[in-house]
Amino acid sequence: MVKVFDRLSIPMAYPEGQTCCGQPAYNSGYRREAATAARHFIEVFEGAETIVCPSGSCVYMVRHHYPELFPDDPVMAKRARAIGARTFEFTEYLVDVLGITDVMAEHPGVVTYHDSCHLSRGLGIARQPRKLLANVRGLELIEMVDSDTCCGFGGTFSINYPEISVAMVDEKITNILATGADAVVGCDISCLMNILGRLSRRGEKVKVLHIAQVLAGVKGESR
Amino acid sequence: MSKTTPPSYRTAAAAGIASPCLQKSLHGLQDRFGKGAMEIWATMDDQEMRHRVKEARMNTFAHLDIILAELAQNVRARGGQVHFAATAQDAIDYTLAVAKRNKVKRVVKGKSMISAEINIDQALEAAGIEVVETDLGEYIIQLAGDKPSHIIAPCIHLDRNQIGALFADKLGIDYSNDPPTLTMAARKTLREKMLDAEMGLTGCNLACAETGHISLVSNEGNIRMATTMPPTLVALMGMERVVATLDEHREALHLLTRGAALQKLSTYVSFLGGPTSADDPDGPKEFHLVIIDNGRSKILADPEFREVLACIRCGACLNICPVYGKIGGHAYNSTYCGPIGAVVMPLLDGVNKHADLCKGETLCGACKDICPVENDLPRMLSALRHKLAYGNDRWNTKQHDPAEAYIFSFWKLLISSPFLYRSLLRLGRLFQRPFVKKNKMISKMAGLAGGWTTERDLPPLARRTFTELWKEKYLANRPTGTEGQKKEES
Repeated sequence: MVKVFDRLSIPMAYPEGQTCCGQPAYNSGYRREAATAARHFIEVFEGAETIVCPSGSCVYMVRHHYPELFPDDPVMAKRARAIGARTFEFTEYLVDVLGITDVMAEHPGVVTYHDSCHLSRGLGIARQPRKLLANVRGLELIEMVDSDTCCGFGGTFSINYPEISVAMVDEKITNILATGADAVVGCDISCLMNILGRLSRRGEKVKVLHIAQVLAGVKGESR
Repeated sequence: MSKTTPPSYRTAAAAGIASPCLQKSLHGLQDRFGKGAMEIWATMDDQEMRHRVKEARMNTFAHLDIILAELAQNVRARGGQVHFAATAQDAIDYTLAVAKRNKVKRVVKGKSMISAEINIDQALEAAGIEVVETDLGEYIIQLAGDKPSHIIAPCIHLDRNQIGALFADKLGIDYSNDPPTLTMAARKTLREKMLDAEMGLTGCNLACAETGHISLVSNEGNIRMATTMPPTLVALMGMERVVATLDEHREALHLLTRGAALQKLSTYVSFLGGPTSADDPDGPKEFHLVIIDNGRSKILADPEFREVLACIRCGACLNICPVYGKIGGHAYNSTYCGPIGAVVMPLLDGVNKHADLCKGETLCGACKDICPVENDLPRMLSALRHKLAYGNDRWNTKQHDPAEAYIFSFWKLLISSPFLYRSLLRLGRLFQRPFVKKNKMISKMAGLAGGWTTERDLPPLARRTFTELWKEKYLANRPTGTEGQKKEES
């Protein structure tokens, strides 16, 4: 993301105080703990004009769930709404906010794209990453069947119910392999970690790439 | 009925995943009906209808007492009898009393989820009354001594070979796996059962207060026979099935048949408004409508969950849920399965008892997208997990997992302190070294995280965190604009 922003001359800063958006706690029901994370996030990022995050589910957490975490604190709820309104997912920021669909990247090879749930269903971001990928030199995108079906990660679900989670990711992998692509690309590291983990155990050769890795690619650089 | 403890959600889920027959059926079901319903919603001319029906349902709930009273008044005006049952037992007692008064020896049933919810079959059988399901799917389940695994397609887990073997065994016909042959065999038996049954027993898809009638949808015609041939009819309805007006009824029905089976209209829609009269000689001589609460008032009273009552039980959420699509309905071990079951069972029958249903989904949101009445099931699952996390008096819920709660309180300390957070990452990097294999992945973890690595690897923590890389590589040579400075300091 830094390489892409630098190439596009987008000024950026990285607040080192940042930790986690709180989604793991929220999705497991621990809203008090999630509210602590939200408060920390808001304090760290409140000075920023725009916040860009390379993860759809974190953005969904900030935009949709932060305001719900302070039912008895209107001041915090307002701060939460304000920060949610200027927090964007990486591809959303490039395409919708800046109007950029070509980041002058090069990535030779055939890839397929996985639509993460909170990204595609929650935030409605499906077109943006595809537009960016379409303009990557040397890249061919082959769509998989059911690209928007859940990969089975689901946070603590993947640890608490591994049998179900693995059955789901196996179906995802079947659909990935059917495309013949040499890499699967996505915008959420947690889904990608799940897919990578199962591909690795099965000994499959397909690579797993975050879209930022693809968009960072330039001529002559191997990855 | 077996008295053994049912297998856990995980165990039953694993069994479902391991069944090639179930996997094939579920895949076919979801590929056709899940995708089909999404296609219908996307291409419907009236894009406001789903929202409008939801609004109407919620408005009805705001005046539910008045609307139910109107329904009861209009049914009674036409000679029907109405009973309000606060509990399952109350509904059973009333129905049994009707059966005894009419010396009923056999009851023929139309497919009904609420009859399963209140376990009325067992009560009737215990009273020496024969109970016969007349919906083909439910009849197969009954013959097999099995349980339904889908709200609309109860025997989706059985294939035609299994059904052929079952019919050969139970109906004494020659083995066949030809669906029309099997259907004709069931039809012949069921017609005979219906001819001299003394009582019909059905559910209720929708009840209309304005007209005082109930509606039942079916594709086999069995409900029409079961509701008109026996001299006595008892219809069971959850109190939330009511709609206020015929207009609201029309639109809810429109969504129901499309969501359930991609049909513009089911093959049969039965409108039942009471017993026979001088100018309307067809139908039962006695018509009883049992309006059942059984925990619904409590849901109605809680704004966080009220919308789940708007569900029209079309089953579309089962046809898209990626978890249901793998584990099948039996894993839920409850009357209602799939995403709707995962929300409604804990509310009706105990949040702790059904904790696995609250937690065993990925919150992917597909059920919310497909729901014809726009129910936000993932939101309600998250709310149920909130009850389990801390315990909740209103829902009589105890803290589900103190160990997990302890982990999250430790996590809270970590994420509040960047120093602690990064220190732990550094420690993790050190401790993970012996676990990283040649393929640069971790393939075995201990303790609670072990669930990840039973059949998956985990990429190790990076040698350098982004924060370290940023300082070493990217921060230098960066134009230090005021905006950047401001953010760095915060």
